[in-house]
Amino acid sequence: MPDPILEVRDLSVTFETARGPVRAVRNVNWHLARGEVLAILGESGSGKSVSASAVMDLIDIPPGRIDSGEILFEGRDLLKMSPKERRKINGPRIAMIFQDPLSHLNPVWTVGWQIEEAMVIHGTGRAEARSKMIELLGKVGLPNPAEAAAKYPHQFSGGQRQRVMIAMALALKPDVLIADEPTTALDVTVQAQILALLEDLQRETGMGLLIITHDLGVVAEIADRCIVMNKGEIVETGTPAQIHNDPQHPYTKKLIAAAPGKGQMSDGGDGRSLLLQMRGATKAYGDVAVLHGIDLDIHAGECVAVVGESGSGKSTVAKLITRLEPASGGTAMWKGEDLFTMPPRRLLEVRREVQMVFQDPTQSLNPRMSVQDIISEAWVIHPDILPRHRWRDRVAELLEQVGLEPDHAHRYPHQFSGGQRQRVAIARALALEPRLIICDEAVSALDVQVQAQVIRLLARLGRELNIAYLFIAHDLPVVRDFADSVVVMKLGRVVEQGPVRQIFDTPRQDYTRNLMAASLDPDPDVQAARRRQRQEMMA
Amino acid sequence: MTNQSTPNTAATRNVSASAEDAPMLLRYGRMLVADKTALVAAIFLMVMVLCAILGPMLLGDLATRQNLRGRNAPPFDISRGWAFVLGGDQLGRPLLARIIVASRNTLMVAAGAVAASLVIGTGLGLIAGYSRGRMSQIIPRLADVIMSFPSLLLAVIVLFMLEPAVGNIILVLAITRIPVYLRTARAEVLEIRERMFVQAALVMGASSRRIVLRHILPVVLPTLLTIATLDFAFVMLAESSLSFLGIGIQPPEITWGLMVSQGRPYLTNAWWLSFWPGLAIILTALSLNLLSNWLRVALDPQQNWRLEARRSNDA
Repeated sequence: MPDPILEVRDLSVTFETARGPVRAVRNVNWHLARGEVLAILGESGSGKSVSASAVMDLIDIPPGRIDSGEILFEGRDLLKMSPKERRKINGPRIAMIFQDPLSHLNPVWTVGWQIEEAMVIHGTGRAEARSKMIELLGKVGLPNPAEAAAKYPHQFSGGQRQRVMIAMALALKPDVLIADEPTTALDVTVQAQILALLEDLQRETGMGLLIITHDLGVVAEIADRCIVMNKGEIVETGTPAQIHNDPQHPYTKKLIAAAPGKGQMSDGGDGRSLLLQMRGATKAYGDVAVLHGIDLDIHAGECVAVVGESGSGKSTVAKLITRLEPASGGTAMWKGEDLFTMPPRRLLEVRREVQMVFQDPTQSLNPRMSVQDIISEAWVIHPDILPRHRWRDRVAELLEQVGLEPDHAHRYPHQFSGGQRQRVAIARALALEPRLIICDEAVSALDVQVQAQVIRLLARLGRELNIAYLFIAHDLPVVRDFADSVVVMKLGRVVEQGPVRQIFDTPRQDYTRNLMAASLDPDPDVQAARRRQRQEMMA
Repeated sequence: MTNQSTPNTAATRNVSASAEDAPMLLRYGRMLVADKTALVAAIFLMVMVLCAILGPMLLGDLATRQNLRGRNAPPFDISRGWAFVLGGDQLGRPLLARIIVASRNTLMVAAGAVAASLVIGTGLGLIAGYSRGRMSQIIPRLADVIMSFPSLLLAVIVLFMLEPAVGNIILVLAITRIPVYLRTARAEVLEIRERMFVQAALVMGASSRRIVLRHILPVVLPTLLTIATLDFAFVMLAESSLSFLGIGIQPPEITWGLMVSQGRPYLTNAWWLSFWPGLAIILTALSLNLLSNWLRVALDPQQNWRLEARRSNDA
């Protein structure tokens, strides 16, 4: 094996918080060679980003503190260097890209200027920087590089912005590129493109690539080696195939087992009564039409998944059904009445039966209300459901139903973990005894294991209480495990719909096939097969 | 995940066992004791309120009795009696007694003006921010009109037409301060109404009134209360400038602001005439500020463990 260019030895970092010191990473060791792709895999709070932050000198000291260890770059300890020396390395030699390119690009300068600036700071002439910048924008696959250079960050899509960030990182030909969740905010198809771009560039320049991710699929797609982290410690190291096929540590085993996309696909239940029948639903904001006639059926107790890239109008469908936005046309028949034209009084009754669980439970629960208040609010609004003296018992009952403790009722949302908060949100939705729950990306903000638990919970509740779900998601493996039927949307139109088995096993449309091929599988072998398929499709 | 409790939840569980079941008032009392600066501020304000209620009754005569031999008597000399400990004013009246008596008018005007502008401004701001109709256009323009009209000119016109009584002064001051709350409330509402928990309440069928009062107002209120305490000092000084122009509180009625401006000609040889009432204004404003700081933390369920934890550490 070639000599490592970047090596972290025995690194321990502690953060001082209001509740005492937290040891974010403990005695972490890893190394990265030229031309290698190393992935650090971990759930939120596992400390997977901390060592990379230490490399880039991004840890605030205080509250952070490096207790021990060294970070060797070409054999020299970064931690012993002066800030000036480190600035010569950060950027030109070690570059970094982030999850959210929008917040890391300055909105008031053109992207071309920003890339040039990165070069000018490190001593390149303006004119030379300009020609190099345009070359770079071409290299990262932006059409019309000269034109793109004159645009501002907001004029690009998420994937394009990430390409701009990559161009900026590559401007100084770094030896190491650190990518912190580079594709988490992107659609599956765009994610596949960005990963392919990173891989190509890495092969071309021979740099070392460090990818920090929570996604087994990303590891399977791109990594040569993988480090699994849990609670600040490295639990396992190996090739993606070793980690996936033969995990040694109990944590890794649990993590691999929780990965979605392996369970039985549903065969769907026939002969269930029709709950919601949407026909020709359209929505336009001013002159911009976002939905062009959507047809959708939801049966009682059925889980209908809506998949598609961002901008396909998935969430707009949910907003129309809940009447958060008025529809521009079409009908949605709910028990013989049109939801879209229903008078407010009647709507209040329907709102009991149609509930919603949002993507981010941190934002969908009022931070100033206790769980008791949050759940019983439903009964304040609909006083005929439950008399006031029964509220306390019923809240306890609901909390147990979603797998929480009855005495959690006194707590406030911030006192729960992300998965627990989503359970509270589900309990709130259940309080009204709904017939249909709309889950708008309800599990995509959760860690894999928690996600699996929440999905199991939703499935159980659906069976026991005969609740139908409209499950909006971009994560296909989850949909495969959970949905009965699938609706594929693209640019405000339904491209394909049918039972989950049909969509996943024998997709008819190219768009669906593309989507399937772009989605990442945790199994490196499956992933290698998919990659071949994708390349064939492109050829 | 169910059992994965963060240090935070564990800590709060310990505290909540003792604190959560206690009656509301007792709980806040404990949190106040935990924050020593806020406690001192609260005690100071309570003394001031007592002064305002009882002062004019007990010291009314003393405060208006002129004694030309004690003109501009220097402070810290109690040979003329304890009331002269802070010195005497230009007519030989004891400053301490006058400050205590003046606290009633001062606090009444300031509290009245701040409360009125807070309530009206917040109310209009909530409506302007939440309604999508014509109100959301008209109300902000109203604020613009008030803001663009010089407040002193407005005061002169109003107080010239009406008689300069306490009630009218409160009215004038309240009107000029409404836009501050209105604009802040509106801006915050515009942001909060897009938050997910508001959408969640909408999906549940909550009425607009419920959403505004139960979900939006509690989030906006701490900001507005902080502004209100800062405004308190501003209003006290604004009232004194009105008095200075002769259209505010009229002598022999007194306020701290009026006392400051009356002492102004003597600043070079008798600094205490303006200094003591000025100090009273500063201390009151400061106390309110400290108390509002405490209140912001105590009312926030994400923050108030800091106070409760401090208390249990002390114990």
